[in-house]
Amino acid sequence: MTINGWMQIAVFCAIVLALVRPLGGFLFRLYAGARTFLHPVLAPVERGFYRLAGVRPDAEQSWASYALAMLAFHVAGFLAVYGLLRLQGVLPLNPQGFAGVTPDLALNTAISFITNTDWQSYGGEATLSYGSQMWALTVQNFLSAATGMALAVALIRGFARRSAKGIGNFWTDLTRSVLYVLLPACIVFALIYVALGVPQTLQPYLTAKTLEGADQTIALGPVASQLAIKMLGTNGGGFFNANSAHPFENPSALSNLIQMVSIFAIGAALTNVFGRMVGDERQGWAILGAMGALFLAGVGLVYWAEAGANPIHAAIGLDPSAGNMEGKEVRFGIALSALFAVVTTAASCGAVNAMHDSFSAIGGLIPMVNMQLGEVIVGGVGAGLYGILLFAVVAVFVAGLMVGRTPEYVGKKIEGREVKLTMLALLCSPAATLLALAVAIVVPAGLAGLQESGPHGFSEALYATTSAAANNGSAFAGLTANSPFWNVTLAIGMMIGRFALIVPMLAVAGSLAAKSKVPPSAGTFPTHGPLFVGLLVGVVLIMGGLTYFPALTLGPVADAFATAAGDTR
Amino acid sequence: MLRHLRPALTLLALFTLVTGVVYPLAITSVAQLAMPARASGSMIEQDGRVVGSSLIGQSFASPRYFHGRPSAAGQNGYDAASSSGSNLGPTSKALADRIKGDVAKAKAENAIDGPVPADLVTASGSGLDPDISPAAAYAQVDRVARERGVAEDDVRRLIEASVQGRLFGLIGEPRTNVLALNIALDALKRP
Repeated sequence: MTINGWMQIAVFCAIVLALVRPLGGFLFRLYAGARTFLHPVLAPVERGFYRLAGVRPDAEQSWASYALAMLAFHVAGFLAVYGLLRLQGVLPLNPQGFAGVTPDLALNTAISFITNTDWQSYGGEATLSYGSQMWALTVQNFLSAATGMALAVALIRGFARRSAKGIGNFWTDLTRSVLYVLLPACIVFALIYVALGVPQTLQPYLTAKTLEGADQTIALGPVASQLAIKMLGTNGGGFFNANSAHPFENPSALSNLIQMVSIFAIGAALTNVFGRMVGDERQGWAILGAMGALFLAGVGLVYWAEAGANPIHAAIGLDPSAGNMEGKEVRFGIALSALFAVVTTAASCGAVNAMHDSFSAIGGLIPMVNMQLGEVIVGGVGAGLYGILLFAVVAVFVAGLMVGRTPEYVGKKIEGREVKLTMLALLCSPAATLLALAVAIVVPAGLAGLQESGPHGFSEALYATTSAAANNGSAFAGLTANSPFWNVTLAIGMMIGRFALIVPMLAVAGSLAAKSKVPPSAGTFPTHGPLFVGLLVGVVLIMGGLTYFPALTLGPVADAFATAAGDTR
Repeated sequence: MLRHLRPALTLLALFTLVTGVVYPLAITSVAQLAMPARASGSMIEQDGRVVGSSLIGQSFASPRYFHGRPSAAGQNGYDAASSSGSNLGPTSKALADRIKGDVAKAKAENAIDGPVPADLVTASGSGLDPDISPAAAYAQVDRVARERGVAEDDVRRLIEASVQGRLFGLIGEPRTNVLALNIALDALKRP
């Protein structure tokens, strides 16, 4: 580890923190229905959308209606993506002449993109046409991100409103998220990325004659426009197979910094939106504080692990001072690769600028743990906030049990119904992860996908089922996941991880919205101070730890001991 | 569910049009008009033909050229239509064997006494890393100068001139672009 490395990490944190209040204020006004500086241009477009769609923008929806609208939208989105991918061969903008995508791969990819997972069973430049990248994948990058933001705001309304029947309107929240936040920001980011060297062209792949006289076919495409939303919407599905490690998808340290900041920007700002909506910004900072503590611990561990050399390789004659460079790019080095790995798994992004499969055992353990904790360390846009708020409900419940009082959170009494629904939401993803893992490591079709044997092979399977159920999308990419078994298993995991969490979460929102506010009394547990931050961190760690410790022991922990013993296989 | 059908289908169609067609095509138009070279992949032309992209690494095997990093992209490495890392894990025997072979090769070709610079014997994440560290470039000076019959100091000066430092002295890692370095090498006159 170097001072320069830590300073780069500090610069990143400072930029993210500086954006929290301005962006939080903007989002707060937007979702409250107030005018923003973009309204003169975009309000007519927004009204036009509602008119065509037959939406009354101010009509409040109950939690059940909100959930049904969300589900209907996802069914339509799934069918559209699946159909467009299957028909790829006959659709335009296909200069490489790729055939239609196979049924299991199209199923996996469609579910992956509607759930904001963006798992890559496909290899972008070898499978998908420019058209598919645009009207199938880029669209869902926008919509799944906007859905996450809408859902987070719906849950916040549950806490903020008193004795209310509705939690907002899904169509309005969705439309505003795309039109006023994601699209304008992406136009700016896409052009910045082009200026930094990211291609944006519809020309076919180009064949160069190299200096040594060989032919090199260079894949191109409309990369920048997809890259912008891939990062800002914490989607993470790469235009190219190598994702943001590809020099066209991440040409320089500056593009890398912008990408990392865009992963965290909206997620971090939503904590501030929460604070503003419940009328006490400190509540938002406390949530962000808990996230920050977990984040910095993760960054420190991965950076330390990757900066140290692999003893097996050092013994062969590789210079140990440069750290573990297998799977990493020279322009990013150790510090920025470690930071990116933690950012992308803390948020539910899943873009990678280095190959996690080649990380050291501990360096690969932390990204897994980040996902297994529920991706609540800033988290996916929206998903991170509603995730951590569910943990906050558990935290105040635990605190309430300790002192024997009915727990309260930001003025709402937390009762049996909310706690039961919260636990249901929080337990579905671990169940999906571990059940799929159990099947995958005994079924031949599952084992066939593993690149490595022993603990590291187990880690590849664990990483995959974790990543799917957590809707992350990054991988230990040695796993060959483009087989019917893995495509279908992971697709099921992604669905459970997304919808089995969202629906009970919306039920919690509806139940809370209907309650009146309790004024704070001397016996109220303050939820804006360090004690609550510590409790929240503890609850997140204990729940994740108890659930996953056995699996982690068999995978990365055993792998770490094998590395130390020089045991290769 | 039925009353949600019209908004679901209409908004999906509208957003597909706006974010899936209009947005990427508009960005393409603006990018191609304002920054055509970068938007088309930062290609390098020599004598009217494209020799590669300044952002994409290519394979160098001849002892007369600086070598880049091992590559796992495609069958033979540096396949820019099939980006990939090796994805071999920390305890992989295949990885240890590959590094062992590359270390022996690097030591046989170059005058390297101590340990070999890590990036010279590890595959990058993309398999298309255009860069090597300054240390990996300096380690090859002796061989390149000998093969070309040029002074070592001249080659060293080329490297010095080609090293890109950190942004603002802070962000990123120092590196040198192998293709640019080799083009400069070809332009170097013999004494």
